[in-house]
Amino acid sequence: MPTISIRRRLARLLYRRQTLLLLLLLTPPLLWFGVVYLGSLLALLMQSFYTFDDFTMAVTPELTLANFRAIADPANPLFGANIDIVLRTLGMAAAVTVACALIAFPIAYYMARYARGWQKGFFYIAVMAPMWASYIVKAYSWTVILAKGGIVYWLLQVLGLTPLLEAVLSLPLVGGSSLSTSNLGRFMVFTYIWLPFMILPIQAALERVPLSLLQASSDLGARPAQTFRTVMLPLAFPGVVAGSIFTFSLTLGDFIVPQLVGPSGLFIGNYVYTMQGAVGNIPMAAAFTVVPVVLIGLYLTLARRLGAFDAL
Amino acid sequence: MHPAVEFQQVSRVFDTVRAVDGVDLTVAEGEFFSMLGPSGSGKTTCLRLIAGFEQASAGCIRLHGRDAAGVPPYERDVNTVFQDYALFPHMSVLDNVAYGLMVQGVARAARHRQAEAMLAMVKLADFGGRRPAALSGGQRQRVALARALINQPRVLLLDEPLGALDLKLREAMQTELKALQRQLGITFVYVTHDQGEALSMSDRVAVFKQGRIEQVSSPRELYNRPRTAFVADFVGGANVIDASLAQGLIGRAQAFSVRPEQMDFVTEDDGGIRLAATLVDVQYHGAVSHYQVVLADGRQLAVSRPNLLDATQAAPEPGQAVVVGWPAHAMVMLEA
Repeated sequence: MPTISIRRRLARLLYRRQTLLLLLLLTPPLLWFGVVYLGSLLALLMQSFYTFDDFTMAVTPELTLANFRAIADPANPLFGANIDIVLRTLGMAAAVTVACALIAFPIAYYMARYARGWQKGFFYIAVMAPMWASYIVKAYSWTVILAKGGIVYWLLQVLGLTPLLEAVLSLPLVGGSSLSTSNLGRFMVFTYIWLPFMILPIQAALERVPLSLLQASSDLGARPAQTFRTVMLPLAFPGVVAGSIFTFSLTLGDFIVPQLVGPSGLFIGNYVYTMQGAVGNIPMAAAFTVVPVVLIGLYLTLARRLGAFDAL
Repeated sequence: MHPAVEFQQVSRVFDTVRAVDGVDLTVAEGEFFSMLGPSGSGKTTCLRLIAGFEQASAGCIRLHGRDAAGVPPYERDVNTVFQDYALFPHMSVLDNVAYGLMVQGVARAARHRQAEAMLAMVKLADFGGRRPAALSGGQRQRVALARALINQPRVLLLDEPLGALDLKLREAMQTELKALQRQLGITFVYVTHDQGEALSMSDRVAVFKQGRIEQVSSPRELYNRPRTAFVADFVGGANVIDASLAQGLIGRAQAFSVRPEQMDFVTEDDGGIRLAATLVDVQYHGAVSHYQVVLADGRQLAVSRPNLLDATQAAPEPGQAVVVGWPAHAMVMLEA
């Protein structure tokens, strides 16, 4: 009787016990996920219940709800400033999401339904190439582009549209002293940087719509606009939501672009960065990080309610 | 009275491929017209030309007497049942069926009522609330049918609608479709590669080969009097005796076909046409058996005999020498 090698025995064992194989495959990534990712998140959450002494700048493990009250309790003196930060970030995230969706959709539509051959490859590379460039380099380049002596100002001057720019910049919420220190400028940079994340999911969703569905719609009497509204758009909607999750959450957590472009005024990311850095108020920073988690959770629930995940 | 559909020398060319090559056909009002042929023969392209998803490269297409050139699908009084059903996955069955009315602006209550009636007609009365994904293939097919009929089109196009169904269901649907067509009186144009389907349901059948029509006849005419070897073989499977063999047998150098069921193994010599052969293979098909025989020169013929319980003759075994014969009236002279 031939002896079976250890390796062969092990292979047969794993073939018989499929659960054991699954366990062996999943344990390393699950360990990493559990310990490193979830564990660190939980440790951070724990920190949010600790006390920070303003005088001694020391963190003590005494449990308190003071940090959360500063964010959620209107009676708390810090509430006003904190809620400003949250609303500012939320507003920008919403605006960027809408803008990205509106800009990305036509591009994704062309890519999915009209681009053929070399055009398709060209579009893919054109959309993804910016993602290969360093994020900070891109943000910095935009400060140069939007600066007072920069290209945008020069172009508007050549076209004689400088008064229009002045008018826009003097608007209360949107404007600022110059383009690169205005909310409009910050909004433009955000939209540019997150655009590929919106284009690709929409393009994938649009591509999946079978041609026979569009032909059936046309056959039944729907004009092209009706076909678009009643068939194309609903089937592309999950792609839009998937892209919006990216743009929304990325804007909520970002702290680099607000520093480089736009007026003074902290975003959630900036505040967390400041708190945990020079100030050392880790509990407050931790409490603030819970805010985006809750907001994204609400957003996903809303998306699910709207049926974005039905296709899954 | 104009014919429902009229093709005059219609061609559809893709780069170098002539998918449809100079086709003439006429479909009469209220007719069940089938287009039969192997894959790639141009029958589906012709259907798409009628629906408006393709434009003819040459020739003229008329729908009820009016030129259809440049008329988009949503302006034609033609509706299609697609091969993959093409039901809208994000709508309920009821909304799918009511879609044609919705795009015309019919109010919700009215169009839902009509959609319910339509579903009842295809025997899916309580399925309105379901999603297409929750239906079986046969049910989806009937929803597609109801959806295509709700606009009361003058011509209904069916693109191999029964292909994905199992045999029993297919046969049941064939009966239902034929009954439905009789009841509604709408012109049906049906595309299939299954000659059994075409023969059992149609008033007339057009046989396609490589973008051209070989023959247009009623099912009986098509089966009993095929005009070419291709039609004889495609519809029903026939023994095609080529011209050279025919010369020796009947003194005329013209090919003819004989259906396998017209041939038989004969023992007495009564002056009819006889061929000596060797039996090679027997296939038992329940009601009939197919016998494969080989002639001395290598030509193969097929003989079909019913399996009668009290057969007076014992069936021959493979390897035996047999004599194959057929009556003179069973020979159909072929043009090509």
